[in-house]
Amino acid sequence: MNYQYPDNLKYTEDHEWILEKEGKGIVGITDYAQHSLGDIVFVELPEPGQKVKIGDSLGVVESVKAVSEIYAPCSGTVRAVNENLLADPALLNDEPYAAGWIAEIEIEELSDKLLTAKEYKFLILEKAEEG
Amino acid sequence: MPFLPHTLEEEQAMLKDMGICTIEELFRDIPEQLRLKRKLNLPKGLSEKAAWDEVERLAHRNKDIGQYLCFRGAGAYEHYQPKAVKHILSRSEFYTAYTPYQPEVSQGTLQAIFEYQTCICELTGMDVANASHYDGATALAEAALMAIQISRRKKLVISSLVHPEYRETLHTYLSRRGIEIIMLPSENGLTAVAELEKVLTTEVAAVIVQNPNFLGSIENLAFFAQKIHEKGGLLIACVDPVSLGVLASPGECGADIAVGEGQSLGLPLSLGGPYLGFMACKEKYVRRMPGRIVGKTVDRLGREGFVLTLQAREQHIRRDKAGSNICSNQALCALAATIYLALLGPRGLREVGKQCMEKSHYASELLVQLPGISLAFTAPFFQEFVVKTQESAVSINQRLWEAGILGGLDLGRYYPELKNHLLFCVTEMRTKEEIERLVEVIGG
Repeated sequence: MNYQYPDNLKYTEDHEWILEKEGKGIVGITDYAQHSLGDIVFVELPEPGQKVKIGDSLGVVESVKAVSEIYAPCSGTVRAVNENLLADPALLNDEPYAAGWIAEIEIEELSDKLLTAKEYKFLILEKAEEG
Repeated sequence: MPFLPHTLEEEQAMLKDMGICTIEELFRDIPEQLRLKRKLNLPKGLSEKAAWDEVERLAHRNKDIGQYLCFRGAGAYEHYQPKAVKHILSRSEFYTAYTPYQPEVSQGTLQAIFEYQTCICELTGMDVANASHYDGATALAEAALMAIQISRRKKLVISSLVHPEYRETLHTYLSRRGIEIIMLPSENGLTAVAELEKVLTTEVAAVIVQNPNFLGSIENLAFFAQKIHEKGGLLIACVDPVSLGVLASPGECGADIAVGEGQSLGLPLSLGGPYLGFMACKEKYVRRMPGRIVGKTVDRLGREGFVLTLQAREQHIRRDKAGSNICSNQALCALAATIYLALLGPRGLREVGKQCMEKSHYASELLVQLPGISLAFTAPFFQEFVVKTQESAVSINQRLWEAGILGGLDLGRYYPELKNHLLFCVTEMRTKEEIERLVEVIGG
């Protein structure tokens, strides 16, 4: 499979991405993640104003046959959430890196385990070989 | 003869593998003083006939409502069970069917559950219902967990007039989860609404009210709904389904989750079980609802079919993150309720409710004419009411028992302040003569 790995993003081993800009980070799940889950039917979002630590659950993504937690790639305060996902969860399948964003966090500290696009792609290719 | 088939050698091999010497060591986590240090005190084995005779003898020590005239409710109610309920229920297609994991071979069971859910939705005035819980008490506790997860709040307000045993179950479910439970006192047989204002904050996940409450009185559910909604919390209404033939439904009153005991819908008292917990909620909360849900769908050829749906909520998929551990339901009891409701229809259920109301009011009117007996509260009631007695409740019930009557519940057992108060229940089952007989025996 050819997944997309935009270069301007940082990735986690749990298949979240974060776009960092001026102390804020937009968070979502990767193309690989949405593809593995299949048709996404429900998204549970964090609350604006909610404080999170690195690795905390930001919400839940549910597909027809699986459920997956979204883990925070940074600590900080949730500033905005993508409410469009509530009405149209398929946005996560269609545009995981754009209209399918999940939350915007005011970053206190980034996880020190974030991967570059190249590193993340390598991780996925390795997985594919194992699989 | 040993019950377990392991040989001594096999036991030794297993113990050695675990690095211990005796079976006793497996129990070392159980405190010393709790262990039974002798053999169980059991009688010698019996022949099949002798064992059967003994069990029969013991069973006959139970008294049931076939032998006694029942004027007691308090959570379990004697209503008429149309004969067709048991007949349809005992069909082997339903009676022996295993849990419907495979929709391909379980369409009948799944459709029955779907019909049950539809009945519960219509009855409670809610949008969605699950496939049922073990009983009313666990349904209530699960609803509380659900409200905590929806609201992400950690306080619950519960009326002291919710069934005392339901409150105990709730406590068992919540006591290790860091949830604060605030109890609302009562006033004149109703939940004290003045106290509600004092404890309601934006930290309260839900208010839990029973209607009719444990004392039989009819609560103003809509008021509770309005007050908790102002604070962004939920109203959990625990209701008697038979009362919904005549009372406004939880949905009409603004409740967010409706639960209750479904035994009164065509199930026998059966000395306490198996019973049926039902749960229904507003559609926006469906993904937080515990338990199974059956949905109607179409197959690839467009034919109607039924499946377990929204399973991603459940623990076999969501594992430790699941909102609840329930992963079964009371399919046969739910079916009994469905058959009962289908047989009666809305008009039949209204008639049952009306008769319960009229007969209980007739009984209360006769009782208060007796010297030393008065109605404890002035609140309106459905089929149960409380009388205050000068004579001790124990002695009244003793006299009734000797006359073949199961009297009212002695409320002192649950509410010390209600010593010598009896909670009577009169359903559609009681005739005018039977009610008059009750009054006559109490009158002495």
